Amino acid sequence: MDATVSTGTEDSVWGGGNRPLGASYGKMMMWFFIMSDALTFSGFLVAYGFSRFKFIELWPIADEVFTHFPFLHGVEAPMYYVAFMTFILIMSSVTMVLAVDAGHKMKQKSVILYMFLTIIGGAIFVGSQAWEWATFIKGDYGAVETNSGRILQFVNAETGKRIALADFAETLPEERVKHQSNEGIWFQGEGYKTSYSLNEVVAGFKATPNILVRGEKLNEEGEKTLFDRKESLAKILEAKQVVEGANLVHNEYGHRLFADFFFFITGFHGFHVFSGVVINVIIFFNVILGTYERRGHYEMVEKVGLYWHFVDLVWVFVFTFFYLV
Amino acid sequence: MAHEHKLEIFRGLLKFKSNTQKIWGVLIFLSIVTTVEVALGIVKPRALTHSYFLGMKLLNWIFIILTLVKAYYIAWDFMHLRDEKTSLRRVIVWTPVFLICYLIFILLFEADYIYNVYKDGFITWNF
Repeated sequence: MDATVSTGTEDSVWGGGNRPLGASYGKMMMWFFIMSDALTFSGFLVAYGFSRFKFIELWPIADEVFTHFPFLHGVEAPMYYVAFMTFILIMSSVTMVLAVDAGHKMKQKSVILYMFLTIIGGAIFVGSQAWEWATFIKGDYGAVETNSGRILQFVNAETGKRIALADFAETLPEERVKHQSNEGIWFQGEGYKTSYSLNEVVAGFKATPNILVRGEKLNEEGEKTLFDRKESLAKILEAKQVVEGANLVHNEYGHRLFADFFFFITGFHGFHVFSGVVINVIIFFNVILGTYERRGHYEMVEKVGLYWHFVDLVWVFVFTFFYLV
Repeated sequence: MAHEHKLEIFRGLLKFKSNTQKIWGVLIFLSIVTTVEVALGIVKPRALTHSYFLGMKLLNWIFIILTLVKAYYIAWDFMHLRDEKTSLRRVIVWTPVFLICYLIFILLFEADYIYNVYKDGFITWNF
């Protein structure tokens, strides 16, 4: 395990070759990297906290945003899927430690098995995150955005449940064409065409008496402010466009900064997981080829293990600040 | 190097026979903490969402503290900081902790100030 060469100056503190922190060069450098990466992530998360505190009264409620579970359509399952993802990542961390442990005991076969399981866990996690993104981008109920950039959502007055645009929007004899950037000024293209035009939504809203509009502002109970029918009819006139799903500019769930930070931070984390899987695959093949068996130690497995656990560590914080708090 | 492992967690309350056993023990502990977090997040007990400490809901304090507990066990047992030299451990832990605390303090206070400017200042929002 000792990578240092005997220089014959071991007695002298300044002669080099001594390791006061008891860690090899490679491991020290991995820790250096992890520390700087931790500071990067905390910069992002604190920036998220900044925006959230700035708009503390109108931040979207995570429980209402992430309510889906694969194959369970229409079932409200807030957080269950993220909890599952967290568990997968912790589990793959465990197999990673077991690989490191087997490495210390020079058991090549076990290291191969545990590295393989770690890679599978990482792949499941990245896939889950892709699914989470796709669901978030696709959207749920649809909403309208006002001139001032605020989101208005629709609620059934009797049940108090959210109501989708498709449930009340009327079909008007009008044609809505997607605005392409080559048909106007180049910066005014439209990313996607909504299923209903604003006129159709407004007409449907006026024709259906039991729908109310919900604003972004949170009341004392931590719920979004519900307007009565009269206020709702006034509010809907401020609407400028229909929003379905979330992207970097519009977000049907509420404040757009929520979507921006969600894409940025979980994206950055997902990229870390992806690169972690790639590095694990490389080490996995090195283990199979017997590189570390010949080298006489499995410290490389330990080093990628540190990176992998760090990714898990970051997820613990992302999970708290995006889904729980 | 991590050839000898310290096999006790919870300040010696729980001792394991081997490193592998300790890993599974920590996994069980982390799973329990995550389950508690998710259960609290779904139930949202009224007593915790309506009482505040230092301007933040008690529930959120619980979430953050449990997160730090999880982070501690991931770093100490999975990243085996427990087996490293004290000096290395302190360098790795306290440097970021200090910098992050500073960052949190400065940015969250600034954000709260901006919130108050929006709320009480001349700029109004029509939500």
